[in-house]
Amino acid sequence: MSELNLTSAPAHLRHGSNIGQPLTRRDGILKVTGQASYAADNHPPGMLFAVMAVSSIARGRVVSLDVAAAKRHPGVIDVMTPDHKPELAIDPDLKTNPFVFRMEVLQSNDIRYANQAIAVVIAETLEAATEGAAQLAPRYEVQPALVGLDAGESFVPPVVGVGNPTESHRGDVEAGLAAADKQIDATYETPPQYHNAMEPHAIVARWEGDKLFLDTPSQAMVMARARVAELFGLAPEKIHIRSPFLGGGFGSKGFLTGPQILGVMAAKLVGRPVKLVLRREQMYGPVGHRAPTRQRLRLGADGEGRLTALDHHARTVSSTFDDFYEPAADASHTLYAAPAIRTSHDAVRVNTGTPLFMRAPGEATGSIALESAIDEMAWACGMDPLAFRLKNYAEVEPMTGRPFSSKALRACYEQGAARFGWAKRPLQPRQMRDDAGLLVGWGMGTATFPALMFQAEARAAIRRDGSGVMEIGAHDMGQGAWTALAQIAADSVGLDIDRLDFRSGTSDLPDAGIAGGSAHTATAGAAIHSAGAAVIGKLADLATSDERSPLFGAGNAGVIARDGRLIRRDDESRSESYAEILARAGVAEVEARGTGAPNPAAMEQYAMHAHGAVFAEVKVDPELGQVRLTRMIGAFAAGRIVNPRMVQSQLFGGMIWGMSFALHEAAITDRRSGRIMNANLGEYHIPVNADVPPLDVITVEEHDPHVNALGIKGVGEIGITGSAGAVANAVWHATGVRVRDFPIRIEELLT
Amino acid sequence: MKPFDYVRPATVTEAVAAAAQPGAVYLAAGTNLLDLMKGGISRPDRLVDVTRLDGLDQIETLADGSLRIGALVRNADLAHDAEFARSYPAVAEALLSGASAQLRNAATVGGNLLQRTRCAYFYDTASRCNKQAPGSGCDARDGDNRSHAVLGWSESCIATHPSDFCVPLVALDAIVEIEGRGGRREVALDELHRLPGDAPERESVLEPGDLIVAVRLPPAARGFAAHARYLKVRERTSYAFAVVSAAAALRIENGRIAQARLALGGVAAKPWRARAAEDVLKGVAPTADAFQEAARRALESAKPSGDNAFKIELARRIVVRALTLAAAGTPVRIPALPASPFASTSGAVHV
Repeated sequence: MSELNLTSAPAHLRHGSNIGQPLTRRDGILKVTGQASYAADNHPPGMLFAVMAVSSIARGRVVSLDVAAAKRHPGVIDVMTPDHKPELAIDPDLKTNPFVFRMEVLQSNDIRYANQAIAVVIAETLEAATEGAAQLAPRYEVQPALVGLDAGESFVPPVVGVGNPTESHRGDVEAGLAAADKQIDATYETPPQYHNAMEPHAIVARWEGDKLFLDTPSQAMVMARARVAELFGLAPEKIHIRSPFLGGGFGSKGFLTGPQILGVMAAKLVGRPVKLVLRREQMYGPVGHRAPTRQRLRLGADGEGRLTALDHHARTVSSTFDDFYEPAADASHTLYAAPAIRTSHDAVRVNTGTPLFMRAPGEATGSIALESAIDEMAWACGMDPLAFRLKNYAEVEPMTGRPFSSKALRACYEQGAARFGWAKRPLQPRQMRDDAGLLVGWGMGTATFPALMFQAEARAAIRRDGSGVMEIGAHDMGQGAWTALAQIAADSVGLDIDRLDFRSGTSDLPDAGIAGGSAHTATAGAAIHSAGAAVIGKLADLATSDERSPLFGAGNAGVIARDGRLIRRDDESRSESYAEILARAGVAEVEARGTGAPNPAAMEQYAMHAHGAVFAEVKVDPELGQVRLTRMIGAFAAGRIVNPRMVQSQLFGGMIWGMSFALHEAAITDRRSGRIMNANLGEYHIPVNADVPPLDVITVEEHDPHVNALGIKGVGEIGITGSAGAVANAVWHATGVRVRDFPIRIEELLT
Repeated sequence: MKPFDYVRPATVTEAVAAAAQPGAVYLAAGTNLLDLMKGGISRPDRLVDVTRLDGLDQIETLADGSLRIGALVRNADLAHDAEFARSYPAVAEALLSGASAQLRNAATVGGNLLQRTRCAYFYDTASRCNKQAPGSGCDARDGDNRSHAVLGWSESCIATHPSDFCVPLVALDAIVEIEGRGGRREVALDELHRLPGDAPERESVLEPGDLIVAVRLPPAARGFAAHARYLKVRERTSYAFAVVSAAAALRIENGRIAQARLALGGVAAKPWRARAAEDVLKGVAPTADAFQEAARRALESAKPSGDNAFKIELARRIVVRALTLAAAGTPVRIPALPASPFASTSGAVHV
């Protein structure tokens, strides 16, 4: 995407490094001036509009569609149905690898969940396609929908999350509970939640012979390309995906979804480019969501407030046709040093689209329950919640006994508590009021998220004019990859960021892996870092082996790449610019590739996690029960901070989502029909600006030599963990009412 | 989207004639209608766009001291009219607590009165709804109904009217001016919306072609300016409908309530005027006990229509609080968080 006119901050401060600078988003001007092209903004000549007709029942089958009526509508070109569609090369229900999820692409008339696509109407205009879809008047054979956490017989899934064991334990939990002076046995429920990215899933598909061009938002372009390739029987290199900007993803754009494939099929069917964009309500089904959970926590503590046992069981749901199990209980593996820990899961199947990864999958749901239970136990022990957490501070990962690669959580607690003024917190609830008589409560939660790494590649080049190129098919979901990765890239080749052509956002570039698991900066950054080092190595070879170079013979001493020059490490008076080296060698450019990948040895040896501490203040109207967050401070230690401004934004966003989890968000499913009754942004409440108080983020310095060469842990998801529990605990502290069913509703507080 | 005719009449008479045809509906800002059309809930054959009609966007004080608000006045323009906000502060506060800034900039006075319920089953075309298909049944009755009506509902329909604006208006005896095929007529706002009974599809007393041209506040409505508040409990600070709301307006003379006005929102298919509560406040001192009694009377006939018994207790508390706030006096400026229990939170900025 070198045609993108990305900009850097006009005059950023530079202290010898790009990494660490709070650069503003390089794509910011494009975005605020409307020049950033999102997938649905692309309108190739001859493009038609496709609209999905979706099921209004959650279980059963379609017995008739009035295709003739739809086709009669002026402007309608064709109607794609299970009986009339391009054939796929493989069964879309075939799981070719563990990262393939089943999708509904009109392979049958069976209905698995409400909002499943049952036909696609293709027309000259969006309006005509929409009305064509309305004319289909489907008739159904309806079966009773399976709804809710008690929908049927529960079972123990083989794995949860991505291959995590369903059950884990260390020590004897029952003995620990039996020996405890204090016990907590509490059950918490979290509702289904939907990603609701501002940009709906969209695709513009264009076939040119056996080549396929796609504009579609993706958090993992190469994986998406592989999925399209296998479904359509194409070689991957025949497929070109552009995804320079995503209007949010949060996990829902990690895997190619059924509607996106339907867009490709529609384009094939009619032989013209087709655009398909989901309506907001259609995003409540085929593109994943956060599964509901019911979590029972049993905690035991001795007379001094030391945990003796921690038992965390989570019930969740998956769809009737595929498997993804929210690993909620696994949140208890890392944080608190109980000598006996057991985590377990079971599940029921319901008529829903398959739940999938949603920002901090498992950690977010597990965290609000665990942090609430810890708060309850602290109160039972008569201890301050922070003192209780410190008492049970894990010096090694409790579940595995492995040392942490780094863990600055104590500093997070200290700095966050100091900034918040936590020391003045009364132990008893319902003690504080403001001038207006509103109840005031303070709560805290511990944040944690694993420091993951996936696989990525990058290509670096130094050009004849001394400028650099870095290519990597990375994904900017709004988090700032265009900026942060370019900062790493610039440092990797010893150039100012303005002298580097950073190319990203298309599938023909080296595979950047997935922008997920909070691992994109670390993984893509590692690939960039190694590609940059490799190309500088080649350049150094050219110079140090050339007797006309002032660097001749410096091979053993080594050179440093800085400001577009190679400099002899032991004698900085001897240096040469990149341009001079290449000109003399008579080459147009040097290039090299690099990879980023986890280090299995380090992973074996160390537990790797980011940590944080979140402190929240709420006010509650004592008679009316309405809650308002008034302050929130988060202190996070997440290894090296590449761009403090982007990181702060990421953490703000996570903290706001945590507040949303505690106070606002829930999809409401009709228990009879299985339809989601608030599938819109008017009624599916997320915080509005007026709900968000000034937030404060502290990034605690942390050096981690083990996670990766750059010491990056990632900040994409950790902000939501800890925060939700902090808000819920603050509500308890304000009111004395412990609400265990989230989000916290007004009626619960009408005491 | 279903094709429809679009007409833009030049006069009110033309508009009435055009809208009297079966399948025709009026279009003003469309902040509710267009959503209904996109969702397939409303499928009109003809839109009669009234936004270009002359003379319906004025706010004027009449010779008798009434205030006449044209039906096309925008919610935001009305709320920010300084003279209006001074004279009818609870109405301005209610307006500013509704929807979002963007919607308030577009939405009109007439449209606000006629907005449809936000019952999720009404919006879900696959659900049974007696408003959508009379006699088909009500899926809200045994469905998710924690936000539904606790007053005036029937087995046929438990939906609520969502307006904030209408709540103080009905408390202040607002009158609706209507142009219809038979000419001009007036109805009290309290008479405009119907309770569902066994015909919830008939939401108002309007006949085909009837056009609301203005809302009038009678001279006496100004008498409450010193003690008038709107209070709205909701699930987020802005852009959320009321769980329950109340408008309270008092005329206090020599330490006693000469006259009280009280109405509730979010509890019934219409803005709910609580006359029995007003009566018990007449002539008494503005005390907590008096307000408690008023709240008891206001909710005397309330009963849950489902999983919403909490709304009755919440409504009582809101009545007490709204009366207490009104008795304390109208604030000099509308709070930054209008109608919010957190109105006094320091550091709040306007929503």
